[in-house]
Amino acid sequence: MLDVARIRKDFPILERKVHGKPLVYFDNAATSQKPRQVIDALVRYYEEYNANIHRAVHTLGEEATAAYEAAREKVARFINAPSTETIIFTRNTTEAINLVSYSWGNANIREGDEILLTEMEHHSDLIPWQRLAAEKGATIRYIGLTEDQTLALDGIENLFEANTKMVAMPHVSNSLGTINPVEKIAREARQRGVMFLVDGAQGAPHLPVDVQAIGCDFYAFSSHKMLGPTGVGVLYGRRDLLEEMDPFLGGGEMRRKVTFEGATWNDLPWKFEAGTPNIADVIAFGAAIDYLTDLGMDNVRAHEIEITAYALDRLRQLNDITLYGPPDPADRGGVVSFNLGEVHPHDVGQVLDQYGVAVRAGHHCTQPLMRSLGVSGTARASFYVYNTPAEVDVMIEALKAARDIFRLPEHSAP
Amino acid sequence: MTSSREEYARQESDLDELYRDIILDHYRNPRHRGSLTDPSASHEGLNPLCGDEVTVDIALRDGRIEDIAYRGSGCSISQSSASMMTEAVEGKSADETRELIHGFTEMMRGSDDIDPEALGDLEAMAGVRKFPVRVKCATLAWHTLEEALDEAAKAS
Repeated sequence: MLDVARIRKDFPILERKVHGKPLVYFDNAATSQKPRQVIDALVRYYEEYNANIHRAVHTLGEEATAAYEAAREKVARFINAPSTETIIFTRNTTEAINLVSYSWGNANIREGDEILLTEMEHHSDLIPWQRLAAEKGATIRYIGLTEDQTLALDGIENLFEANTKMVAMPHVSNSLGTINPVEKIAREARQRGVMFLVDGAQGAPHLPVDVQAIGCDFYAFSSHKMLGPTGVGVLYGRRDLLEEMDPFLGGGEMRRKVTFEGATWNDLPWKFEAGTPNIADVIAFGAAIDYLTDLGMDNVRAHEIEITAYALDRLRQLNDITLYGPPDPADRGGVVSFNLGEVHPHDVGQVLDQYGVAVRAGHHCTQPLMRSLGVSGTARASFYVYNTPAEVDVMIEALKAARDIFRLPEHSAP
Repeated sequence: MTSSREEYARQESDLDELYRDIILDHYRNPRHRGSLTDPSASHEGLNPLCGDEVTVDIALRDGRIEDIAYRGSGCSISQSSASMMTEAVEGKSADETRELIHGFTEMMRGSDDIDPEALGDLEAMAGVRKFPVRVKCATLAWHTLEEALDEAAKAS
């Protein structure tokens, strides 16, 4: 298990107060806080070896290049990618998915093809595909949800049509917490020759991830949701696919030989990293990966199951709470979405903020999902390595205050 | 640093100011909620950031708002502000209404030129100013009404 008291000492921001109350940070699905080790790595780079990478013959350039490429190795090990060539740094998950929809999609999606998504898609894994489909005359189909808000996968062997070319879905739903059976989907997809992209924005930060065991073709995630800085995303891609794909952006670093007539592309992964990359943040992301690796992702997962189970229990004891997502904490990530009676989620979020509790309120960039749930939005508490059951208790007290303010009719729990 | 007891009291009073009784009363018992059968103009207002929606119908006769109705969904502030607005402008001339819209939005902007007390019950919304992200919720219905007045003026 995690030593949460010790972990909390590594996060300077947890000492701050909000409206005179200790900060209870439950908005980790939006972005996580950063430990001292990550902040120090950023400062050390700028103070000690700030230089551009890959082309310098001087000492600072060599040190910066080594640290940047070491971060790539850490990321590859973290998700058990077969080689560093399959790890491409982007700005964020959204850019990683756009890279695939552009570079792979343009060459492979044709009129009449189908792209398969889910009803729990985040806008970042929805809009790139909608754009591609509109451009190519392809269609999009959505896998629906069961009553428990898991994917409706009865008859999984019939999931794909003859014209299905790509299936993409979140590893873990950012709005519901649902963990999707990506290994199963990957098996089916491979048999049918369908490409499979996993939006791992809520997966890699919270679950042990092994892209080879999953068997997906692409896996995308972001540094800032896993203790690292903003501005760094990762695309893992199958090597043979990445080799065939054209670059996403043109510029420095991505070329091998340039003449006035044209250019030949550089080797992987640099072919996809045009221009000066986000050197400092990639290096600090390496420190975040070290931090998570030291904790052990199995321990991170166990901690989140425990706190999620506790939060679900306490919320169920409150009157007027509607919970979304699978009831069993083992089937979900550390995300708890709920509504308090008819009270609008923004009103709930506002009252919680006055108690120092930061949650997200709204549609969580999943508007189609909210529409199919029949709500305008939800309040969402999402947990990470530094959160405690005592913090859940603070949220529960704040919810009682919200209930009093909006004076919902009292009736006893079932 | 203030003591935690003082902070606690301040936090309570901030919330009390945001959710004043009169605002909560309009939230729970909305006035003029619904639609008009034969409106002079109808306009839908949207706050894309938080998804608040308000549609305002007005029926003008001899330049006065003879009847008004609103419908929509959103947070307590957006919906109660719409409800309070309908009560405040019913029976007023278009010019008087525009003046009130101006006064209300100026108050919400924190303008010194407006005495909130002069706005009657609407003064209750002044507490929302402490919560800048919610100001747009409070003004949504008012901007929507203004659009409806413009539409009616164009049509006549």
